[in-house]
Amino acid sequence: MNTWLLIVTLLVLSTIGYQMGRRRALSLVDHPKQLNSLPGYYGSWILMWGLLPAILVLGLWTASESAIIDKLVVADLPTEVRQLAPERQNLFLNDAKNLASGNIVSSEVDATLESAADHITSLKRTSATARTLLALLLCIGGVALGYFLISDRLRAMHRVEATAKVILGIGSTIAIFTTVGIVLSLLFEAIRFFRMVPVTEFLFGLEWSPQTALRADQVGSSGSFGAVPLFTGTMLISAIAMVVAVPIGLLSAIYMSEYASPRLRTVAKPMLEILAGIPTVVYGFFAALTVAPVIRSWGQGLGLDVASESALAAGGVMGIMIIPFVSSISDDVISAVPQGLREASIGLGATQSETIRRVIFPAALPGIVGGILLAVSRAIGETMIVVMAAGLAANLTANPLQAVTTVTTQIVTLLIGDQEFDSAKTLAAFALGLVLFLVTLVLNVIALHVVRKYREQYE
Amino acid sequence: MSTVSSESTLQDRPLDSALDPALNPPIDDPLLEIEGLSLWYGDAQALRNISMKIPKNQITAYIGPSGCGKSTLLRCINRLNDLIPIVRTEGDIRFEGESILDPSFDTNLLRKRVGMVFQKSNPFPKTIYENVVYGLRLQGISQKSVLDEVVEKSLKGAALWDEVKDRLQERALGLSGGQQQRLCIARAIAVEPEVILYDEPCSALDPISTNKIEELMLELKKDYTQVIVTHNMQQASRISDLTAFMYLGDLIEYGKTDELFIRPQKEQTEAYITGRFG
Ligand SMILES: Nc1ncnc2c1ncn2[C@@H]1O[C@H](COP(=O)(O)OP(=O)(O)OP(=O)(O)O)[C@@H](O)[C@H]1O
Ligand SMILES: [Mg+2]
Repeated sequence: MNTWLLIVTLLVLSTIGYQMGRRRALSLVDHPKQLNSLPGYYGSWILMWGLLPAILVLGLWTASESAIIDKLVVADLPTEVRQLAPERQNLFLNDAKNLASGNIVSSEVDATLESAADHITSLKRTSATARTLLALLLCIGGVALGYFLISDRLRAMHRVEATAKVILGIGSTIAIFTTVGIVLSLLFEAIRFFRMVPVTEFLFGLEWSPQTALRADQVGSSGSFGAVPLFTGTMLISAIAMVVAVPIGLLSAIYMSEYASPRLRTVAKPMLEILAGIPTVVYGFFAALTVAPVIRSWGQGLGLDVASESALAAGGVMGIMIIPFVSSISDDVISAVPQGLREASIGLGATQSETIRRVIFPAALPGIVGGILLAVSRAIGETMIVVMAAGLAANLTANPLQAVTTVTTQIVTLLIGDQEFDSAKTLAAFALGLVLFLVTLVLNVIALHVVRKYREQYE
Repeated sequence: MSTVSSESTLQDRPLDSALDPALNPPIDDPLLEIEGLSLWYGDAQALRNISMKIPKNQITAYIGPSGCGKSTLLRCINRLNDLIPIVRTEGDIRFEGESILDPSFDTNLLRKRVGMVFQKSNPFPKTIYENVVYGLRLQGISQKSVLDEVVEKSLKGAALWDEVKDRLQERALGLSGGQQQRLCIARAIAVEPEVILYDEPCSALDPISTNKIEELMLELKKDYTQVIVTHNMQQASRISDLTAFMYLGDLIEYGKTDELFIRPQKEQTEAYITGRFG
């Protein structure tokens, strides 16, 4: 039976079980009030019994099926194939599988291959039948067991809640393990990179040109992996972005939270937040096609030499993108300053602007700083705008009118195109990714800490 | 009960409220004169045609059930209700003869002359020292010797000096609730206002802190005119010279505290102070 069909069948069976559970619970007593839990919980109790073991076995079976079939097939192969080198054996196995499922085969089809393919086909068929039967059996058995366990004493609600808690826990564990997995894979690949290129060269080298020889006999390009120009480029662009975003974001937050009438607020706030919803690609071509040429022509008017892809264009547009981050966090923080402080200040004869300057802003400052740090980590991680508008040249410069490149841009270019997966060039992307991850992690941790600390102040 | 109140609104006032003895205790030296004051939050009327005089250097207490408009009335006196956009007022309050509800009246100046202490103590998240000198800094005073002197004087005035004199540069939020409330009083008297308004200043405090603040208010009587809203009738009878009883936005009775608590002239007042409704 097809997997989806099987799952639907299981669901239908368990739903029938749910109804049976309700009925049975109600039939045990004269009045629903005499039950230990609401009737629905008895239904869920059966649903649980019917679904969970079946799904669990189904999942395990599906996950391990192909490995077991491989083992069985290999064990049954003629000796000459089994004595092949592991890669060759793998190739053979792949061919057999392809043949079995009717795909193109890389080598000639001979008798051994055919018999292996037949073996695979028959094993698969057996496995599918066994799986279906087992799942259905477990489901029906589970429903039956649940049904007979029901009594008016059964604390169905308690049991169902406990199970739900476990399932939720498993969900969040999966999320955490995924994160850990990503970090570990970054780490291991980065370590492989650092075996080829010393950490010190990577962190302190001033030259970045990651072109390496594809073949051993190619001349002249051993590549240099000094990431300092990328770090400075990233910092330059983030700094420009913050110079744009912080003042505008803060001023608009103060205006929105302290001065704007409620009606204006309901219109203007969502409009500002739309800025955060524009896809970054759109910002990217806005920067590259609209802003960069304008900056260039202004620069020429002033007699300055502006590169056609400049840090200023990319950073400026990125700043616009980040405004809502700064403004909405600041707005929240400012609005969270207790009204009592405003009244105290006004009550002492302060004007509204004095109150904002002397009381509200200082009180909100830690939270605002937290918001700005989050915005910085967003700026550092931003890719699309810089790819499109800041260029790829790894210049070591602090001049915003020149082209620079960033960590994220380089990760993109390192991984685009045909690459050997274990070349220094490809692995460099992981090292850069690791650095990026660590920096944004630290920024986020500090930011969250600052924000939380600030919250505690007004408990 | 509501029929009684509406009758009193329609019949006693406005015709002869100026003559009603239950509303007009003898007052020689009025500092504040409230006249025909009505206030609306949007469409809901919170104060109905209130007229009364508040005497200088005395303590006037407002009592009445929750929601009757005590805080609202208090916040009219320093025009703090201006912060609420939906508020609309009619009538007048005169402060030494000047009409303070006049839109052209300088509210910042008014609030320097009328300090306020709130129900929930609200020190700024600054040092103790900076809290006290806040009002002075607003006036542009930054000379250290002057500020130091005011800090000492105000904290002594608020009976807090001995407890905090060694920790003036520490955060005010680290003080206990009662100390914070006295700090707020110190902050209010640092600018030497003429009137201090208290909105249930002791409702979150223990009996000892309450006691301290009551003593402090009696102490401050010689320099300040004080107006207090309280739910605690013992407190009103202990410290106030005059007491006003409000109900559903109306001023029901206003008189000398001793007389009002012993011989209330209105049935509603009697019912409230004997705890028969509320
Ligand atoms: N900001 C506001 N917006 C709308 N209505 C308000 C506002 N503040 C107070 N009110 C209403 O005005 C009326 C009087 O409120 P006020 O706070 O003056 O009562 P109070 O006598 O101080 O009560 P309490 O003893 O509970 O403090 C109440 O009905 C209240 O709901
Ligand atoms: Mg009140």
